[in-house]
Amino acid sequence: MTHLPHRDRLAALAHRPLLSPAAWTALLAATLVMALLPLANLVFAPGHALHISGYMIALLGKFMCFALAALALDLVWGYAGILSLGHGLFFALGGYAHGMYLMRNLGGPDGVNRMPEFMSFLSWKEYPWYWAFTDHFAWAWLLVICVPGLLAFVFGYFAFRSRIKGVYFSIITQALTFAAMLLFFRNETGFGGNNGFTAFRTILGFDITAASTRAALYWATLAALALAFILARVVTQSKLGRVLMAVRDSENRLRFIGYDPLGFKLFVWTLSAILCGIAGALYVPQVGIINPSEMSPQNSIEMVIWVATGGRGTLIGPIIGAGAVNGLKTWFTSAFPEYWLYALGLIFVLVTLLLPQGIVGLVRQIVRRRKEVDA
Amino acid sequence: MKNPAFFRVCSSIVLMLLLALGAGVAARAAPAADAPAIDAAMLAPLAGSDTDARLDTISQLGMRADPGAARILEALSAGTLYVGPQEQLLIQTSPGQAIDAVNGQAMTMPAQADTVMVNNRLRRAVQSALAGSRLFADDWRVRLTAANNLSRSNDLAQLSLIERALQVEQRDEVRRALEVAQANLALQSPQPDARRAAAEALGKTRNPAFRTALANLSQPASDGTFAESDERVREAAARAVAAIDRHQQTVAWAGHLFYGLSLGSVLLLAALGLAITFGLMGVINMAHGELLMIGAYVTYVTQVLFRQWLPGWMDWYVLAALPAAFFITAMVGMVLERTVIRWLYGRPLETLLATWGISLILMQGVRTLFGAQNVEVSNPSWMSGGVTVLGGLVLTYNRMAIIVFAVLVVAFVWLLLNHTRLGLFVRAITQNRRMADCVGVPTGRVDMLAFGLGAGIAGLAGVALSQLGNVGPDLGRAYIVDSFMVVVLGGVGQLAGTVIAAFSLGTINKFIEPYSGAVLAKIMILVLIVLVVQKRPQGLFAPRGRSVE
Repeated sequence: MTHLPHRDRLAALAHRPLLSPAAWTALLAATLVMALLPLANLVFAPGHALHISGYMIALLGKFMCFALAALALDLVWGYAGILSLGHGLFFALGGYAHGMYLMRNLGGPDGVNRMPEFMSFLSWKEYPWYWAFTDHFAWAWLLVICVPGLLAFVFGYFAFRSRIKGVYFSIITQALTFAAMLLFFRNETGFGGNNGFTAFRTILGFDITAASTRAALYWATLAALALAFILARVVTQSKLGRVLMAVRDSENRLRFIGYDPLGFKLFVWTLSAILCGIAGALYVPQVGIINPSEMSPQNSIEMVIWVATGGRGTLIGPIIGAGAVNGLKTWFTSAFPEYWLYALGLIFVLVTLLLPQGIVGLVRQIVRRRKEVDA
Repeated sequence: MKNPAFFRVCSSIVLMLLLALGAGVAARAAPAADAPAIDAAMLAPLAGSDTDARLDTISQLGMRADPGAARILEALSAGTLYVGPQEQLLIQTSPGQAIDAVNGQAMTMPAQADTVMVNNRLRRAVQSALAGSRLFADDWRVRLTAANNLSRSNDLAQLSLIERALQVEQRDEVRRALEVAQANLALQSPQPDARRAAAEALGKTRNPAFRTALANLSQPASDGTFAESDERVREAAARAVAAIDRHQQTVAWAGHLFYGLSLGSVLLLAALGLAITFGLMGVINMAHGELLMIGAYVTYVTQVLFRQWLPGWMDWYVLAALPAAFFITAMVGMVLERTVIRWLYGRPLETLLATWGISLILMQGVRTLFGAQNVEVSNPSWMSGGVTVLGGLVLTYNRMAIIVFAVLVVAFVWLLLNHTRLGLFVRAITQNRRMADCVGVPTGRVDMLAFGLGAGIAGLAGVALSQLGNVGPDLGRAYIVDSFMVVVLGGVGQLAGTVIAAFSLGTINKFIEPYSGAVLAKIMILVLIVLVVQKRPQGLFAPRGRSVE
């Protein structure tokens, strides 16, 4: 690939602060506004002009999980040029790891935790070994981070070592998530088969359906998203980030200069998988279900279109894109459920044909043109 | 034959035959002289309630080579045996009409007659007894079925019956079946030599139905004792078991090979068009699966049209669907290429996203037009059924047709690529697009035509798939990942790569499946592909070159 959308800025990047003062202000303001929204749900009674429904809060929390996943995907696709069609797998693995903890805390009416029903149906007497310690919150979160990270590391090592790239890599990631989906659909795998995990009750002892718990989950997601944004900014602004962009723009030239891209690609690939896993883990308690369809190739490729719509190779783009596409989806599927797939298909086609740099690219173009007119 | 309907048809045929010939006249000269004639006293327990006595009577009836006995058994099995007011047994011939079970005299059915009830245990006894009496039927096919049924029986009392049947039987097939039945029963014979001969005879049949009995003879029970006392009989039985197992192994292998080849053909058909477009433009066409689906729906529409206008030619609608599917999907492909894909050359990842969007639109379009439910596409009569080979392996005609069809399509593509001007251009562009452009190859038009060709082949594949499984809007999704795998494994630029990759994936899949289940087989194949690609990143048959991107 030869186009270098950032070439003009690269020279200026050398000694720039992490974010400009204006950007810091915007980030803080946006975070603050988003953080205040659940208060409008908790403080004001329904019917009040400033009341925001619990549904809306849950929806926004879900969108922020998607935004986190899109940010993770953008790190590999937008910055390192590695198109993954299997990020839904990491998302779902994080979700399943957290879901295991939630399933261990079902607590019947008598407060005793029983084994999930799908295990009784298999007439399993005790939890399989990979469910060990999942009743501890900290262990479950260790799994949330390690399972997607480790899988990504091993898979990435073999794939990048043999220089699988471009569409080949995309296809293989798609096959990976497809195979995992088939595996999780089996009841004997021990993750609830095609029903997955659902009907959660408590998290850390709090009722999972209570408005205050939902607000807390929302804030946790917001914090994770803001921190991930800053982390991604650190990564992409560093020298490492510059090497990644070189991988994206011309991996062979980089190789000829004497770099070995393997370590760089592996780092960003694993980091991306971990972030995606965290997004999945935050997603599950908020929507209350995780099942193998999250791993279907469709879901992973939809994540890609969030990034493309928002603008890849920018950090704010995927967040905007995830919000925009999912907002549209929510509206379409309730107003014209028949036509959502047409709309989604059109987004895919039109964004790739007309908006290769996404919404952010479009805005930048407009701003630049206006400046030219002014000058 | 386990089909009860078949039994019923057989029994009614036999019954009518007997009635037509008149009561008491043997349909076939059976040596029944040594048995006393049926009398009312002998039949009396049948109408009673003592199950053991009834069972005894039934087995006695079964051992008679006597049409009168057969007639009573048929009636018992069909539920047309009645007991009259004077305890006499009557057989209903038509509503209101009956004949006497003992002497065959026709009469009207008395109003107070009750059906003789048959429970499951009795029903089994009746079936086995009937099998015996059917050995003397007129139609050799009825006799063959009866002999085959008898070979599964363990009732020693039938041995004499089989011997009698063997004395008069002329037809070779029936004789062989009778000998097998005889050998099966002879396993219980008191003479070791007879048992040994029987074990050897059963081993020669290669029939797994006898495996359990033979294995019981050759292997020690849990307490270490042998059911069979004679060493030589045990050895013969063990040899027979081994022979049966070897044969079963062969059948299983042949089955895996056949199903593997047919799966490989499906993969090949699905992946061939993909490989052409990928090789030519470096574009993975995510809408390829939907082109398969369109091909299948064209088949459906052709079928509906034929049913409406040419019902006499229904058997050949598939042949008419082939060109229709080819041209329609080729047109769809060319339109896609001109409107979307050609703007994205050099940006393969973007093409992948755009074609995915197209696939969503096509899929939803088909849902809007035909509904979300699967549509029904029937096999033409010459494609349903199959041949049985090796005594147990069924090769279905539709799978055979797919294999042949895949070979024909490959031959067609090979000819097109290697012996036409278009093919020459396609190969030139695949090797070096810029150089081909420089020497005057009209790359734009060739791209369009080649994309149309790839899409058309997908349409042909869709016709084939419609004959194998469900046709619904999601049809393409089921094949897309697998066909990508074929392309990734086979590499681009050579037809041979795709062919070999498709057939090896199909066969390996079918050979792993029985041991690990379908899901784990898929995962193992994925791992295998990742490992192969480690060694050969551009696929198995990538053309060697020094170019970098």
